[in-house]
Amino acid sequence: MIIVRIDAKGMHYRQLNKIIRDAVASGEKEFELDNIGGQRYIGGGLNESVKITINGTPGNDLGVFMNGPKIIVNANAQDGIANTMNAGEIIVHGNVGDIIGYGMRGGKLYIKGDAGYRVGIHMKEYKKQVPVIIAGGTAGDFFGEYMAGGIMILLGMNGKSPLVGDYVGTGMHGGVIYIRGKVDPFNLGKEVSCLELSEEDTKLIGGYLKEYCEYFGFDYDEVMGGKFTKLVPLSIRPYGNLYVY
Amino acid sequence: MESQLPAEFAVNVDHEKCRRCKRCVINCSFGAIEFKDKVTPNSRLCVACHRCATFCPENAITITENPLDYKYGYNWTPEIRKNILKQAESGGIILTGMGNPKPYPIYWDHMLIDACQVTNPSIDPLREPMELRTYLGAKPDSLEFDENISLATELAPQVKLDIPIVFAAMSYGAISLNAHKALAMAATRMGTLMNTGEGGMHEDIAPYADRIIVQVASGRFGVTSKYLNRSAAVEIKIGQGAKPGIGGHLPGEKVGEDISKTRMIPVGTDALSPAPHHDIYSIEDLSQLIYAIKEATDYKKPVSVKIAAVHNVAAIASGIVRAGADIVMLDGFRGGTGAAPMVIRDHVGIPIELALAAVDDRLRQEGIRNRASILVGGSIRQSADVVKAIALGADACVIGTASLIAMGCRVCQKCYTGNCAWGIATQKPELVRRLNPEVAADRLCNLLIAWGHEIQEVLGSLGINAIESLRGSRERLRGVGLPQETLDILGIKHAGIGQ
Repeated sequence: MIIVRIDAKGMHYRQLNKIIRDAVASGEKEFELDNIGGQRYIGGGLNESVKITINGTPGNDLGVFMNGPKIIVNANAQDGIANTMNAGEIIVHGNVGDIIGYGMRGGKLYIKGDAGYRVGIHMKEYKKQVPVIIAGGTAGDFFGEYMAGGIMILLGMNGKSPLVGDYVGTGMHGGVIYIRGKVDPFNLGKEVSCLELSEEDTKLIGGYLKEYCEYFGFDYDEVMGGKFTKLVPLSIRPYGNLYVY
Repeated sequence: MESQLPAEFAVNVDHEKCRRCKRCVINCSFGAIEFKDKVTPNSRLCVACHRCATFCPENAITITENPLDYKYGYNWTPEIRKNILKQAESGGIILTGMGNPKPYPIYWDHMLIDACQVTNPSIDPLREPMELRTYLGAKPDSLEFDENISLATELAPQVKLDIPIVFAAMSYGAISLNAHKALAMAATRMGTLMNTGEGGMHEDIAPYADRIIVQVASGRFGVTSKYLNRSAAVEIKIGQGAKPGIGGHLPGEKVGEDISKTRMIPVGTDALSPAPHHDIYSIEDLSQLIYAIKEATDYKKPVSVKIAAVHNVAAIASGIVRAGADIVMLDGFRGGTGAAPMVIRDHVGIPIELALAAVDDRLRQEGIRNRASILVGGSIRQSADVVKAIALGADACVIGTASLIAMGCRVCQKCYTGNCAWGIATQKPELVRRLNPEVAADRLCNLLIAWGHEIQEVLGSLGINAIESLRGSRERLRGVGLPQETLDILGIKHAGIGQ
């Protein structure tokens, strides 16, 4: 397999993404991008199952509208990763910025370290398309705001505090959040309830976490050994009684 | 709690004429007519949608406002009193549909169009070519040609309109699939566009995709790279004239199997599209989404940004154009909606006439008017409104409510109930069936054909033969009965003032 290597030093995102799009159209399957420094929209709108390895820090909207590729980032990444992503995989060996997984509808987003504000908001699922976000560290405010589907797992492996910010799951009306550790009810949105994990839950997250641990070299037993909190929406219609006709 | 609310309408059945065919009973989707030995109306449930009266073969049904006089009070109108009763009984936000019905000034009706007399001959549209064609998209600052005098400037993507009237964004969910089909068919036949709204695109209208604007709103329902690429243009919805600063909310009971598939959410869940895109808090963020869409569509689709007309609309529009939008869609405060809190619909935003004039002015002053087309909507009611809007500076107009009326809508403002008797704003299969998409498409085409002829007549009387010659030609408008400040904002002189 030939790997298409691109030195992106000083390259504008428009040029870089065009090279990738054209190469994908002509049948290339694997890419390695060197000296990436903030170029936006990498992998954006691609529908093919190609693999893109990124050396350096990609810019905002990595994998926006993406529908199939696997992207590996060997550094931190910025805001808006996996925005409205439909399918594929993004693996980040570092921390990420804000609003990741916005409106994400399928595929996986695995982050080794911390995530910023508004992770997985408007995330939704449809039949077999269930998006998954796992972050190994902490996350900021509005985690899972307006979440309508999918699975989010926050691990807190680096022991930083607070584990997660305020307004967790505000407006949530679908999907499920698992947080490894205790969440103060004060931090929760009004639309979520806190549950213990069932056996099915453990099995479900175990499957994803096994894969996750293999990517980042975490100890699976140590991860699973933590005490998880499960958050689910109280209603699939949180604002159903707000109106009068 | 027992309701103290009086009936809004009175349904009267002339039992002399009635031959008890029960058509009215079958047709009433609000349960306001029963059959108990004879046709028995329950006026309390009537919304004045006229379905029964229209289909009564004997013309035996009349609907009047319930003749219930209230003790006179200029301040405490019956409507205000009824709203208080409703809220005292429920504690809820009053929800309503369609556009702002309040008696705010309608500036279209205070503007008059010029005509040629003697010294500048008018043109007879019956025998002279009269062009209504226009193109939406960014226009270059200048044109360059190579040695063979062919165009060397790379043009931004353009969408051709054979008539400067586009169907407004109305989602599948807010309106029925048959209504969507009718709009898509009519848009294709007439060389114009329909707009999916934020509910995704049903496969049944995909064959018309190159005449469809696809919308991206905060909920991102049904948005995939395929959806973005299968379109004439892509629109980012920031706001809507009927409810500026308020998001969309399709109640779970309307999310059936087909809607679920198109929106890509499970059956029965609320489809929430809050007002802000939580990834857009600045012009720079907006630009990021515009270019994300351009990247995902290989720069082949114009990107539109739709905003509600609000106080600071000119500065916002300038930011939108600088952010890279190819089209700015302005929606005035009289624009329609499938559901909005009444407090917002009736009290928030500004009239489209003033917003359009302010935006066109601002973009011209800044030398960036060419960089984006301006589409305007928010109660374009007749061809004269289209002509006046284009003379004020619009590239084309958007019609929502007018297109629904053409299909059969009676503007009863009950869209949010999902009981639309005309098969338009409903998802109930037995009601949706009432709207024949072919017939509705014919009615839409007829409306556009009629307006097209009328616009040609007006252009002829103005002595011009192309709609593009009228654009921004405010000298051809005069105001009547408007104060100086309004005239200044509209950039027009008062009637009676010559050149």
